[in-house]
Amino acid sequence: MASSTTARIVRPVAVPVLGLIWLAVTTMPFLFMVMTTFKTQQESYSSSVWALPEALDFVNYRAVLAGPFLTYLKNSVMVVGISVTLIVLISAMAAFAFARMRFRLNDALFGLIVAGMIVPIHITLVPIYLMTRDMGLYDSPFALVGPYVATSLPISIFILTEFMRQIPKELEEAARLDGCGPFAIFFKVFFPLSGPGLSTVAIYNAIMLWNEFIFAYVLTSSTSTRTLPLAIWDYQGQYSSNIPAILAVVTLTSLPLIVAYAFGQEKIVKGMMAGSLKG
Amino acid sequence: MTDISTRSAAGGAGGAALSLRKLAPAVFLAPAVLLLAVYLLYPLVDSFRLSLLDWNGLGENARYVGLDNWKKLATDTLFWKAAWNNILLAVFSVVIQMPIAVVLAVVLDNAGKGSRILKILYFLPLLMSSVALGVLFKYFYDVNFGPLNALLDYVGLGAFAQDWLGDTRFALGAVIAVVCWQYIPFYMVLFMAGLASFPAEISEAAKLDGASETTIFWKMKLPHLKGTFRTAVVLSVIGALRYFDLIYVMTGGGPEGASELMATYMYRNVFSSFQLGYGSTVASAMFIIVILIASVLLRFSKRFETEV
Repeated sequence: MASSTTARIVRPVAVPVLGLIWLAVTTMPFLFMVMTTFKTQQESYSSSVWALPEALDFVNYRAVLAGPFLTYLKNSVMVVGISVTLIVLISAMAAFAFARMRFRLNDALFGLIVAGMIVPIHITLVPIYLMTRDMGLYDSPFALVGPYVATSLPISIFILTEFMRQIPKELEEAARLDGCGPFAIFFKVFFPLSGPGLSTVAIYNAIMLWNEFIFAYVLTSSTSTRTLPLAIWDYQGQYSSNIPAILAVVTLTSLPLIVAYAFGQEKIVKGMMAGSLKG
Repeated sequence: MTDISTRSAAGGAGGAALSLRKLAPAVFLAPAVLLLAVYLLYPLVDSFRLSLLDWNGLGENARYVGLDNWKKLATDTLFWKAAWNNILLAVFSVVIQMPIAVVLAVVLDNAGKGSRILKILYFLPLLMSSVALGVLFKYFYDVNFGPLNALLDYVGLGAFAQDWLGDTRFALGAVIAVVCWQYIPFYMVLFMAGLASFPAEISEAAKLDGASETTIFWKMKLPHLKGTFRTAVVLSVIGALRYFDLIYVMTGGGPEGASELMATYMYRNVFSSFQLGYGSTVASAMFIIVILIASVLLRFSKRFETEV
């Protein structure tokens, strides 16, 4: 009988086998990466790729950290921190207007902004590059804030509008009876009650922007102004033959997100899926 | 929906308060609208303006050339090859990722206690930046020192070892494999959510009626995933049409344009050949193509939705 086939083969055999095969496929590149970072450059050429390193030596990490790595890190923290704060505040305000205010053009404007999710950012690249140059912001980490916030707004407004539509009307009514105007209602009722939605938006954008490459690549050019994804790029350009050192940079840039992930997997998975799963 | 402005008017608020409340939507929307106008709408329009110029991006020597760039684009085989590669990327993304993602979702759905830890580990590639993955896989595919060829050698398939990224026959496929490797877990989680939303009572009832688990899966659960599948296809195709980072890092579009995409071709024109005008034409054409395909796709998927 079919159900006994399921019971005898699918669950005890196929599930663990397939599960472990994909585990191997997923982790193999990571294993190669971490293992290689402990090898010397000489070792990476002479020994077998899959051989364990001769010693657990952090020399590559020390070399990377002795360089400008921390400057890239500082720029990333600053740019992502400022951008995410602005995204959360600005998209929450707009979402409040779309979810709870009646005005002409509400639906049309919302539709237009949501359609912005489809626009390939590459079309904005040259004009934004020229604009940044004219504004005198070229090669400053602050040049990234405007494009980062703007390109993140459509999906963030979309998520938060859906979220705020679920907040019970009674709470808003009660606040209004207490004499609250729209601003007080927003800051005292909607902003605090949107906590889970705001954290989803913050997590999603923080990860996207932490990893953002093309704007940072085009709008900055010096070591002192660039963010972490560019650290990988710049190191690769300089030390293309020192595979262990470059992979140490890759590991170090990925580490902050992996550590964060270790503490809040569920939240991060949910954040990354935001926009594709409703709400 | 509550109506703040008319309610306050009915409440007989003073003139100043009234206008403040009428202005409220504008005030709440102003920062978002302003930023989107400056960094999204204006650049979009400006790109089309730039597409009519012959300009290296420096100084005042921009020359208006009308539709010359667009005429050039129409017969530019490199551009159409790049667009075709985008379409190949989109098609293979869907064809490879969806079945594997569904299988893994089902596997985790049945994995009991182990499913949480597997899901957490599977999801790891999605946290990596495309630059990090690009560099990592460049070494992974390395013809001499890469672990992939070493692995093939080890299992006795050394004859199949290739210069994966340096060979025009394999470059695009090698990159597509990395895209799939990274995004399959994303669609897996999407399908897991779809499976989790299948009502338990229905499968219980079907079981009581004598349906086997296999039947329930093929006849009930899989059709239930239709909506999720549509979302996944739309996301995956739109993503593929806009792809840039990973390919730029891994191959730069090469060798000989074998893995060139619209976005990498645009980038090369602007920032390597300093043809800002023609690069903007490529960017604008890419925009038109993405919007066209996306709207066809969205309309098509909606039509299906009303049918169900």
